[in-house]
Amino acid sequence: MIYTGGIDIGSTYTKAVVLSAENEIVGRAMEPTGFKLTEVAERAFGTAVADAGIARDDVRYVVATGFGRHQAEISDVQVTDLTAAARGATFFFPETRTILDVGGQTMKASRLGEGAKVKSFRLNDKCAAGTGAFLEKTARYMGYETAEIGPLVETSKDAIPISGVCAVFAESEVINHLSQGVAPADIMHGAIVSLVGRSVQLMKRVRMEPEFTLIGGILRFRRMIDVVREELASDVNVPDGDLVQFTSALGAAILGHRRLRRLEEEGVASDVG
Amino acid sequence: MAYAAGVDVGSTQTKAVVIDEDRKIVSRCLTETGANVVRAAEKAFEEALHGGDLREEEVEYVVGTGYGRYKVTFGNAQVTEISCHGRGAVHMFPETRTVVDMGGQDTKAIRVSPTGEIVDFCMNDKCAAGTGRFLGAASSALDIPLDELGPTALRGERAVKISTTCTVFAESEVLSWLGKGKKIEDILLGVHQSIAARSAGLLRRVGIDEEVTFTGGVARNLAMVETLNARLGLKVNVSEDSHFMGALGAALFALDRILASRAPAKSGRGKTT
Repeated sequence: MIYTGGIDIGSTYTKAVVLSAENEIVGRAMEPTGFKLTEVAERAFGTAVADAGIARDDVRYVVATGFGRHQAEISDVQVTDLTAAARGATFFFPETRTILDVGGQTMKASRLGEGAKVKSFRLNDKCAAGTGAFLEKTARYMGYETAEIGPLVETSKDAIPISGVCAVFAESEVINHLSQGVAPADIMHGAIVSLVGRSVQLMKRVRMEPEFTLIGGILRFRRMIDVVREELASDVNVPDGDLVQFTSALGAAILGHRRLRRLEEEGVASDVG
Repeated sequence: MAYAAGVDVGSTQTKAVVIDEDRKIVSRCLTETGANVVRAAEKAFEEALHGGDLREEEVEYVVGTGYGRYKVTFGNAQVTEISCHGRGAVHMFPETRTVVDMGGQDTKAIRVSPTGEIVDFCMNDKCAAGTGRFLGAASSALDIPLDELGPTALRGERAVKISTTCTVFAESEVLSWLGKGKKIEDILLGVHQSIAARSAGLLRRVGIDEEVTFTGGVARNLAMVETLNARLGLKVNVSEDSHFMGALGAALFALDRILASRAPAKSGRGKTT
């Protein structure tokens, strides 16, 4: 059996998947990225291989993506986040035309043409207010951990408007609301509404078209999905469960199989590895 | 002898200054603003009175300034901090034409007339980049007290270029440089240079006319002064009382009111104290 690996070194988490030739995810792993990118790629990949219960040599080709892809020494090739995301999103939802990818420290919107080709994209990695870091900071100002954001916001009845211009200046806004007795859940909800506002702006700038597919770690919050759906007044696709975080790693692994097949056709597959 | 006072309620610290009729500072006080803004203003004023060995009745007029100026409940009037910094800077350095005020939460560039009136100003209050908060982020990331940031940076030899603009992302960038083995001194020198670059950009928007006077709490940081000088290619004026410039300006406005209220009496009855 031939397997490929996809490693997505994101700003916050590094994700790895091992994919069979039948496009079945047989192993996966996630690690906080930290600062040692080469090591974290190695570690996430090793764990995914172990999770698959196969020998490392069975993984014939490894594709890295994400901001730290060039530090992934174990990879055979690197592809951009946008290319990998496009491949992963269209694997789950072939009719995807627009992708919104919200990560810990980045936000990306892209519009796809035929064959999962990226036609237009916009990204923000300059300002934390337009990324998952905004939610993280808001949670922190109220004494909540990142893991608590999802459960907390589920209890919200109404969103309290949060300006969302700067993740640092949001602190005094959040503290003001708290001191006036506003429920933390409603503040968190407001932060999500604000973040979605910025997401929709980015999507407009790539001239979004349906179908919309949402991916990235921040889309594991159901409330985030609901608010995007409301704001777009449209249905949205979201990969099931944790897969929302693994979409780009999966896309990278899919590209790995394509590359392997091409190499095979060229009759050099035996040299790969 | 009549006295006038200015109370500058900043986002981080509250400053009070008492001056006499000769416009000489007789007392000053600095306290943390904290959550109770009204109390902070009272405390700063009380301690300034105490320091000058004055009774409250002896201070005829009090002007509040800073973002919390309306919380100076005992104040007779309020004046914006922009006017006060301009006034204070021109008083200290009569040749001042441009003021850069760097506080805990915002940075302002102010152009003033020879008499200290505001000609133009701009500020970054939408984004924490290039404000004192940037230093705060570095301080907490590196676990070094704020006061030691400047002295440490001055020992830097090869500044590390900080590529992120956002204060939130800078915190992780600082840690990643540390992880890559860069020296704390060099990282901090880079942090100061980054703030200096942002401030210079702000100053250019109002036009840089010499002399330039640097006010606000961050002006006490020698590394900030030096990196700003290097960036602007000139030598900024810095006073021992840079921190109190807003409060001093407010006190000068208060003294104006005292003297103005006497003017009719002077012409009417020919009597003055």
